Amino acid sequence: MSDHAETADGHDEHGDSHYIKIYFWLLGLLIVSYIGPEFGIQWLTLITAFGIAIVKAYLVTVHFMHINLTPRYVVYTVATSLIFMLLFFAGAAPDVMKDSGTNWQKPAWIEAERAYEAGEVSGVADHGDDHGAGHGDEAGHGEESGH
Amino acid sequence: MSEMPIATTRSAAGMPTARLAVWWIIASEIVIFGGVLGSYIMHRLAHGIWADYAANTNTEIGLINTFVLLTSSLAAVLAHQAAERGDGQRAANLLYATTGGGLVFLCIKGYEWSYEISHGMTITANTFWSFYYTAAGIHALHVIAGMILMVITAGWAKKNEHLHRVEIIGVYWHFVDVVWIFLFPLLYIAK
Repeated sequence: MSDHAETADGHDEHGDSHYIKIYFWLLGLLIVSYIGPEFGIQWLTLITAFGIAIVKAYLVTVHFMHINLTPRYVVYTVATSLIFMLLFFAGAAPDVMKDSGTNWQKPAWIEAERAYEAGEVSGVADHGDDHGAGHGDEAGHGEESGH
Repeated sequence: MSEMPIATTRSAAGMPTARLAVWWIIASEIVIFGGVLGSYIMHRLAHGIWADYAANTNTEIGLINTFVLLTSSLAAVLAHQAAERGDGQRAANLLYATTGGGLVFLCIKGYEWSYEISHGMTITANTFWSFYYTAAGIHALHVIAGMILMVITAGWAKKNEHLHRVEIIGVYWHFVDVVWIFLFPLLYIAK
């Protein structure tokens, strides 16, 4: 227990009731994130689902994991991982989300496959006969292929 | 056997070695889960049809599982408090409660997956379901790993040994909770 001494000041400020209070805040936010999308408003859904997820993650990280009581470099290390995640997203997203860019264009079969999945066309010539019955199910339940 | 000297504190790091290690693990886990979730988000935005696939996930089950994990996180942090006070028995009981929460989570997940798989929503059905099972599956593996470590730590805590490890396993468990906090809206809410 000797290593607890250095953080005891911070931890001892909070009794069990503090953590129970944070817990009920988390439950309240959970209910809001569940009810929000019921209104069918896109911006409200984004805020209540993802905005509240960030708030909940903050509450858990600070109050349960006590990241604020760790040395500053730990926060920087975790932040660096998050920045790497954003870099990955920024680097890879254009390839996934756009059809063309500077000096590149997606092959036609990708768009054909997308249209097939979306049910806009009834078949994809390149795929042959193996694919068939399952495609076009409204929820994609029966799709057998490894697209 | 004589006691083996173990360096439990690195003065240069300014914190106990075990706590430093768990934060390193978390930093590396962020990259793993971040990659999966980032990929999911970009595909979800690029393919409108994914909204139709996502409509098949059961929001109420996701809600219950989030409640279960948040409750288990509360038990974990209360176990840490008990360990701080030197109350190993209470810490052990709370760690067992946390493990129970993990077990309930997995049982609900098993029920949910068996329903989905029996209705044709398998990991090979399409890319959406591949992401769904991969993301939730990796998370479930972390839950299982956390439960195993929790039971071992509870065994020590009961004997008032290695009480500082109660905090370490707790920090890991809270991280698993945080990952689920983001999986819940991605897989169950955004439809």
